[in-house]
Amino acid sequence: MTTLAPTTTNTPVPAPATRPTIWQQTLSAIRPAIVLTLLCTLGLGLAYPAAITGLAQFLFPSQANGSLVYHNGQPVASALIGQYWTQPQYLHGRPSATTPGPYNADNSGGSNLGPTSAALVQTVQQRVAALRQANPDVPPGTAIPADLVEASASGLDPDISVAAAYYQIPRLARVRGMTQAAVRAIIDQHITGRFLGIFGDPIVNVLDVNLALDRAQGH
Amino acid sequence: MSFTFNGLAQIAVFFALIALLTKPVGLYLVAVFEKKNTWFEPLLRPVERGCYWLCGVDSQQEQDWKGYTIAMLWFTVAGILLLYALERLQGTLPLNPTHLPGVDPALAWNTAISFSSNTNWQNYSGETTMSNLTQMAGLAVHNFTSAAVGIAIAVAVVRGFTRRSAHTLGNFWVDVTRGILYLLLPISVVFALLLVWQGVPQTFASTIQVVSLEGFKQTIALGPVASQEAIKMLGTNGGGFFNANSAHPFENPTAFSNLVEMLAIFALGAGLLYFFGKLAGNTRQGWALFAAVGALFLIGAIVCLGAEQAGNPLLANLGIDQSVHTYTLAQPGGNMEGKEMRFGIGSSTLFTTITTDASCGAINSWIDSYTPLGGMIPLINIQLGEIVFGGVGSGLYGLLVFAILAVFIAGLMVGRTPEFLGKKIQQGEIQMAALAILILPLSILGLSAFAAVYAGGVSQIGNAGPHGLTEILYAFSSTTGNNGSAFAGLASNTPFYNWTLAFAMILGRFAFLIPVMALSGLLVGKKIAPAGLGTFPTTGALFSALLIGVILLVGALTFFPALALGPIVEHLLMLAGKSY
Repeated sequence: MTTLAPTTTNTPVPAPATRPTIWQQTLSAIRPAIVLTLLCTLGLGLAYPAAITGLAQFLFPSQANGSLVYHNGQPVASALIGQYWTQPQYLHGRPSATTPGPYNADNSGGSNLGPTSAALVQTVQQRVAALRQANPDVPPGTAIPADLVEASASGLDPDISVAAAYYQIPRLARVRGMTQAAVRAIIDQHITGRFLGIFGDPIVNVLDVNLALDRAQGH
Repeated sequence: MSFTFNGLAQIAVFFALIALLTKPVGLYLVAVFEKKNTWFEPLLRPVERGCYWLCGVDSQQEQDWKGYTIAMLWFTVAGILLLYALERLQGTLPLNPTHLPGVDPALAWNTAISFSSNTNWQNYSGETTMSNLTQMAGLAVHNFTSAAVGIAIAVAVVRGFTRRSAHTLGNFWVDVTRGILYLLLPISVVFALLLVWQGVPQTFASTIQVVSLEGFKQTIALGPVASQEAIKMLGTNGGGFFNANSAHPFENPTAFSNLVEMLAIFALGAGLLYFFGKLAGNTRQGWALFAAVGALFLIGAIVCLGAEQAGNPLLANLGIDQSVHTYTLAQPGGNMEGKEMRFGIGSSTLFTTITTDASCGAINSWIDSYTPLGGMIPLINIQLGEIVFGGVGSGLYGLLVFAILAVFIAGLMVGRTPEFLGKKIQQGEIQMAALAILILPLSILGLSAFAAVYAGGVSQIGNAGPHGLTEILYAFSSTTGNNGSAFAGLASNTPFYNWTLAFAMILGRFAFLIPVMALSGLLVGKKIAPAGLGTFPTTGALFSALLIGVILLVGALTFFPALALGPIVEHLLMLAGKSY
């Protein structure tokens, strides 16, 4: 049990000889309310973000400007923002519910479809059918990892699960003329584990794998 | 229900980290608000004095509960008016690189109330509605000031509970200024830079263009995100820079940033419990409150995890695999609709529980897409009054109201005048406590019922069936509780919802706060009597258990019928295979 020195807590502040009326308290609060609001706007609204921007641009220039990834000198992506992959030689990402089109990085969002939504059931059905069609080499009856048919929260998820990446190995190997083992080796190199082995989930970054696949074939 | 070892481990390790942070944060709060001897004193004291001089404030002059409350109300009004003006005029103001027009009046009003009441309900999509100037100089400023106001009120309430035979509760202007300068600002600077390191952008540019390897053009929105993100979490505000909030990779890029954001939500709320114990002269008093809310946190987090990990039975026969795999072919399984891969099920449900235990309202997964029971946990958390560590300040003063009620009920059981911290709890105190507690269901249930029968309320529902009722109920719970998270399928950017939700936010913040301040005004004048043989001890496990009981009882009696019509019946229909 610890106690503070009595001078700091329990000594009552002597009440002024005449206590201010409510009207006086109301009037005396007007000036500080206006001035403190303006001071906060200048200090916290302009100086604080400006100072953080200066420090961030100096200390972490790549991250501060969106973690851009360059390929042949051109910016092809942000390392953190997922992209819409359609061609069969590339690893595909998760479904995106952004509008007007998928992976619209100017208007993030999810489907907000509830668990008993008929639209959700129907959409997932269609995605399952489309995936089976796009991956004919996968043995029939193989269950599709849930994350590959359920839309992400941001609509910009750059990652898929390890299972979802492995699901696409037969297609990637066939289209690229690589062995399945070679494709799997590249995917395995790009698995990021949990933070401290505890927090988050193991992920495969789709862009990293696609760049590595291209590199492996000398593009 | 389905539980993974990893999911439970995430909850346990997170809770242990919060327990470790509680004492140091609490001691720092004592240094900021009572001893006034922080490390930053030499550096910031001149700034602090300058503020008082410009404001014409005598920092030695303390206020009674009325003066303190009046000052708080004026400060809030000034902030609302300035933010409203910024939103309306942003089209003609600088730092608007994408030439966004002024915000329409109903939405601007809703947003101004929302941010000044620490709610951060967002009826807009940040990247397409608010200019950089509005985000920085308007919204982010309110993230600081509304949080500082909440902490100031809590500090004043604690003084009311712990001072003996006094008259005043402190000086509002001093408490707010010190809260910003010595507490929120230094932590935000460090936190913001840590977020940038993890990948959160911090630039005055608004968009960048890339062309993908497949040739798709992609316009990527960014901006001064990190500086806003830090205070958004620390101040339990929750208003995102982007529409997807902390699910957006630019607001929350990694599992590590997610952990730090979760810790930031609870850190000050937990520290305030220690602060309370310290000022009460007995830190065990603070830990007794910690134990009660800790238990409520753990129950919520575990149930939410179990419900989401179990997945959606309606999708079970479509040929997809919803089971978790840990070692080979790793996948999170469960219900991944509206969740991000890097967070999986465990870090998503934990974040959702935390953000609604506290009045934060940031989200890293869409709660509207949660299973019925998984989505009911955040709803219950909000309806219990967000006292589980709670919003900065509001969590503590909400919890103390329940503590008053708990000792009152204990007093009735043993037939003695109830006492708390040596002060007799009498008629006036109970009236104020009951008034504060009754405001919340009045606003939540009253307005939800109105919206559920009004055509303009029902027409905005995003999901049919019982889920639609839950969307409405959640909206009024979230705004009344000043939380700000949403079942976002509800398209609530209409005049009807903009006005009613703004009304709910005002009720939830100020109609709750004023009785609590009056309660403190009554308590501060009371003598502190030494504990006698018949005094009900409020520092032990018995008190913690009683407090949990009172919180759950009040919540269950009030909200169970509404929950039965929403998530509970939806769960049963889902198990029966019904979809809408």
